[in-house]
Amino acid sequence: MSDKKGMDPKTYKFDTLSLHAGYQPHKNAGSRQVPIYQTTSYIFDDVDHAAALFNLERGGHIYSRISNPTVAVLEERVASLEGGTAALATSSGMSAIFLAVMTLCEAGDHLVVSSQLYGGTVNLFRLTLPKFGIKTTFVKPRDTEGFKKAIQKNTKGIFGELVGNPGNEIMNMPEIAKIAHDAGIPLMVDATYQTPYLCKPIEHGADIVVHSLTKWMAGHGSSMAGIIVEGGKFDWMQNDKFPTMTQPYEGYHGLSFAEEFGPTAFTMKARAEGMRDFGPCLSPQNAWNVLQGIETLSVRMKKHCENAEKMVEFLLGHESVAWVSHPSVPDHPDHDLANKLLPNGKGSMIAFGIKGGKAAGEAFINNVKLASHLANVGDTRTLVIHPASATHSQMDEATLKFAGLSHDMIRLSVGIEDIDDIKNDFENGFRAARKPRLVSNQ
Amino acid sequence: MKFQVNNNEVYASTGGRPFDKNKPLIIFVHGSGLTHMTWVLQTRYFAFHGYSVLALDMPGHGLSGGESLKSIEDMADWVSDVIDAVGYKEASLVGHSQGCLVTIECTARNPDKIKTLSLMGGAGAIPMNPELLSLAENNDPKAVELMMDWAHGPAGHFGGHPVPGLYHINTGSMLAKTRTIKNTLGVDFRACDNYKNGFEAAKQIKIPTLSILATDDKMCPVKEGKKLANLIEGSQIDIIDNCGHMMLLEEADRVLNVLKKFITTNYPSNK
Repeated sequence: MSDKKGMDPKTYKFDTLSLHAGYQPHKNAGSRQVPIYQTTSYIFDDVDHAAALFNLERGGHIYSRISNPTVAVLEERVASLEGGTAALATSSGMSAIFLAVMTLCEAGDHLVVSSQLYGGTVNLFRLTLPKFGIKTTFVKPRDTEGFKKAIQKNTKGIFGELVGNPGNEIMNMPEIAKIAHDAGIPLMVDATYQTPYLCKPIEHGADIVVHSLTKWMAGHGSSMAGIIVEGGKFDWMQNDKFPTMTQPYEGYHGLSFAEEFGPTAFTMKARAEGMRDFGPCLSPQNAWNVLQGIETLSVRMKKHCENAEKMVEFLLGHESVAWVSHPSVPDHPDHDLANKLLPNGKGSMIAFGIKGGKAAGEAFINNVKLASHLANVGDTRTLVIHPASATHSQMDEATLKFAGLSHDMIRLSVGIEDIDDIKNDFENGFRAARKPRLVSNQ
Repeated sequence: MKFQVNNNEVYASTGGRPFDKNKPLIIFVHGSGLTHMTWVLQTRYFAFHGYSVLALDMPGHGLSGGESLKSIEDMADWVSDVIDAVGYKEASLVGHSQGCLVTIECTARNPDKIKTLSLMGGAGAIPMNPELLSLAENNDPKAVELMMDWAHGPAGHFGGHPVPGLYHINTGSMLAKTRTIKNTLGVDFRACDNYKNGFEAAKQIKIPTLSILATDDKMCPVKEGKKLANLIEGSQIDIIDNCGHMMLLEEADRVLNVLKKFITTNYPSNK
């Protein structure tokens, strides 16, 4: 019956949502482009209107630290693309993670976290959150049972990057989601590397998704931004683990976020409490820049993935390369899982080892000209970095080893330039990298 | 808050304020398969402005216990029982979609108990598309997807939620999936389809009544809403442009303003 003409939902699909979701021109002077509301604050109709907005009796904007119309378009757009109920944009990916954790946890709480993370995220969980009384047990992302074993009475969630930075280890998201849900806690996933074009974690059991929008979503290396997306399925009232979600909150006249807002409760709390008290808001200009990127997300991601697979092939056959890690490689330990979770492409992050170790790595980095040596990923341009001396340099040897990092590792974020130009640039880098070894061998 | 009706636990949002029996009571009745959360952009306002509010989860829905009621008539009697259970002798009713059928029937059966009636996206009858009904009764999630598609107007499909960051279609879908689809949406759709007394009930209503209709409402079109409203003596009609069936969220501010004027005029609170 459902296959009959006219009985399928006519809700907009991904590419259409990328361009239109969250915005109605007829409510914005007919402006086809999303306007940049460059304002700090919004006029109230009268005293009653002001009180109603402050008390969450009405929707609307008060002050741009809490919400802004341009930023709200971005939030709705990303929520729609992820299949989420709601989203909250932040000033960066790191502030998105911090705000999500602070919305979920209190002092005395515990989290189970994948060990393969961006270095800044590792430091947040390892060094900074303990200052707030929030402790972490790290588990290697492929150790699915390890996540279960690490859960304690005071554990409030599981967190991980879907594909670990920089080693490309993939979390078995459906199984880890089940472990989390069996324990009555949510799964929070950083899906920055994938974007919703490659994977929608909510469809695989994630409850909260975070992104650094700075990367592929914005895509052009121009603007910092982050976002928290809520799946809306997690039942905060199923146990007594989340009193700040379920019990009356003094900060809003005894409001219970879970009772009042249900599938959007987490976002409402993150905004009403987190943005009010911590304030890592996104500027409307940066929100607009990210929106421009999202308009072409699927077009860019296809090209990123296409170029990445060609670079994998190039690197696998190269004499200067010791090893290549990318989920598209058949002998990658998570290749089958990648096929299941990432059917539209395996992403454009490649890690590879250069023969000659650290010295060769430095020579390679110093001699590529087209690829940019910088601390970012997900630009339209090709980017390279030597993690052990840059993004993960604040880790000691033991932590580096636990994070799966080696001194010969180069992290490559493949851009959308002509693939032949990227390969030629890498040939120059490899040629230079071989020279020190020849000298040292003499 | 939670309380007992007919030996089953009932959950109702009080709009963020403690329930106060000294204030006039407004009861909000949700549509098919939904919950009290659809009313959040109306209930909190009234709760903070002199009224006691109960946004109900119907039996078997949301946080309420029991099983879903199988007929609109049973639901109407249950709403009347709710008024008794919380110790009131009268109330103002607000309904959306199926909730309109319930509140019309309840008002007709309890002419002295109900003081004002506000209908959103209402009609005298809501015959169901047989395929949609079958999908819901067979627990197929596509029933929710279709309902969300048809329930939102073209503008609502794009978004522009009045609460920053919320996305209409996905939020609505999650509300309709809080319990098993066949036990909520399936039972509700069948109850709507079976109900034939809406127009007769409307003729008996003699209290102040407001109908809020929307130009892009595919589920209860303006034409059907007017047909119902015209049977109710002195009924007021307000029509919202560029809006679908989920007007209470799509155009929450407009709905609240109209509702506020109507209720404070016809059922004033001095608290």
